[in-house]
Amino acid sequence: MPDISFLFAQSLSGLTAAMFLFLIAAGLSLIFGVLRVLNFAHGSFYMVGAYLAYQVVQWAGTGPGRFWWAALGAAVGVAILGGLVERLLLRHLYGKEELYQLLFTYALVLVLSDAAKVIWGTQQLSVSRPPGLAGAFQLFGATIPYYNLFILLLGPAIALVFWLVLTRTRAGRLIRAAALDREMLGALGVDVSRLYTAVFVIGSFLAGLGGALVTPVKTIVPGMDVEIIVEAFIVVVIGGLGSFWGTFLGSLIYGQVLSFGILIFPRFSIFSVFALMAVVLILRPWGLLGRPLK
Amino acid sequence: MRIRRRVPWLLLAAVAALFVPALGSRFYTFVAADVVILALFAVSLNLLLGYTGLVSFGHAAYFGVGAYTTGILMKKAAVPFLLAFPAAALMAGGLALVFGFFCVRLTKIYFAMLTLAFAQIVWAICFKWNDVTGGEQGMPEIPYPDLGWMERIPYFGQFRTSDHFYLLTVVTVAVCLAILHRVVGSPFGRMLTTIRENPERAEFIGVNVRRYELVAFVIAGAFAGLSGGLFGIFNRGVFPDFAYWPKSSEVLIMTILGGMGYFYGPAVGALVLLVLNQQITSYTEYWPAVLGTILVVLLFVFPGGIVGAIHAGWLRVTSTRRPEVAHRA
Repeated sequence: MPDISFLFAQSLSGLTAAMFLFLIAAGLSLIFGVLRVLNFAHGSFYMVGAYLAYQVVQWAGTGPGRFWWAALGAAVGVAILGGLVERLLLRHLYGKEELYQLLFTYALVLVLSDAAKVIWGTQQLSVSRPPGLAGAFQLFGATIPYYNLFILLLGPAIALVFWLVLTRTRAGRLIRAAALDREMLGALGVDVSRLYTAVFVIGSFLAGLGGALVTPVKTIVPGMDVEIIVEAFIVVVIGGLGSFWGTFLGSLIYGQVLSFGILIFPRFSIFSVFALMAVVLILRPWGLLGRPLK
Repeated sequence: MRIRRRVPWLLLAAVAALFVPALGSRFYTFVAADVVILALFAVSLNLLLGYTGLVSFGHAAYFGVGAYTTGILMKKAAVPFLLAFPAAALMAGGLALVFGFFCVRLTKIYFAMLTLAFAQIVWAICFKWNDVTGGEQGMPEIPYPDLGWMERIPYFGQFRTSDHFYLLTVVTVAVCLAILHRVVGSPFGRMLTTIRENPERAEFIGVNVRRYELVAFVIAGAFAGLSGGLFGIFNRGVFPDFAYWPKSSEVLIMTILGGMGYFYGPAVGALVLLVLNQQITSYTEYWPAVLGTILVVLLFVFPGGIVGAIHAGWLRVTSTRRPEVAHRA
């Protein structure tokens, strides 16, 4: 039996991974919930966010708070990219078969991954932790970097803000209404097309932010886009496509299954998460907290 | 009703393909073998995609399983090709039966997600089960089947072993395509199209939609397995990538590129995609970006694929009426 501090450290690392995943998966789930488009390119937006953050940090030199500016800049940059993609291309595919939308976002994955290789090369890049959060502290015998603690607090904070916006504001009501019945919403005089763009931009912003914030703990490499999108898919499928708290729950489950799965079946940890996804799809295709599509 | 002259496309293409080795270029034969095998893979997917209206995002699983089945039997157990090859269809079809049983219960996007999840499970098993599949390293050096008898056939006799295998591949794939063609033209195939067009109505008139979908899934899986079996030998090795999701998306792209509204559309897609791939990768390493661009142009400009565009153009030339496009966009 491994000791408690080790288990504690392991579950914390799973929790940190879960919070990153939540940032990405929340945008993916939001976009699916409202636009009914499964956005394969969401992982690519995350990757672009990471590269942009690296770039801004390089430009900023040693300025104060450069990491935070870089994170914000990357998120905004990706949000603009998302807005352009939705306005110029994706919207022409609404109303066509889902397969076409799926393949379009897949085409974006291919193009963006090569574009990143052209611009930033294929070598590993990294960003150092922001100076204020560089250290670490001890808790129950586990060493926890301050930056991880920050992420652990940020995840729930963003979830809370998100939830408040969705339930307490007019914009949130419109988004929820669009997810339920877009024709009716349009008939009531709401500009659904603008709403779609807004939702896509918000989702992209979250992906860019996630990509920027992950840079101090993970190296930036080509292929990070595909890696995260597969994980984010599993998370939203487990939690329920389009379900907000489902995504949160899915992230937590995924983080723990992965960090403990590696201990229990080191050889079959990837297997265990896909198996979990398949089981959820078979028993509750709409996910743990989702609701069936009409 | 329009009366159509039937062109024996399959026979023409197969005969043409048989003469490729006579060009004397190893490279051409290599590309042709690649095209022929993947054409079968893509046509098998189209039984689901184009005919039944089921979007499978995990068709590579059955391709991979077929490749591993034939490969393992021939390499480790020295089973002759004549048994190891049908075994690929059996294993892949059996797996498709198990997975399909669950998949056909779901609709639309959830069907696609579950096929993907199952395919990833297959991939993870191939990737990690070192003792049987060779794990990450895959399984190199799959032997060629014993094709010595071909030397006694006129024309065939002059070539080397790899060409013999190519000729066998052409004949096998042609037979498989002919069978699939019969399947989609049969009452069973017509019923699949009915289900695609309106599953509720099909259910309404007493058709067991799930059972039809499941049978289509199994047939598609079995033929994907056969193409995988051929591919493993052609490729001289079987690797976990065969079952990985990019393979599934590659075959989807081939199908769409050629035109999923036509029986031979996916085969044309396989031809164009692989030849383009060969050409473009010799100029640039950024093939994915080129592929992505092709895909975007295709989706926005030619949603009916290459064959769809040619067909529409042909109708425009031959008739004064506005062309009625026969397939769904």
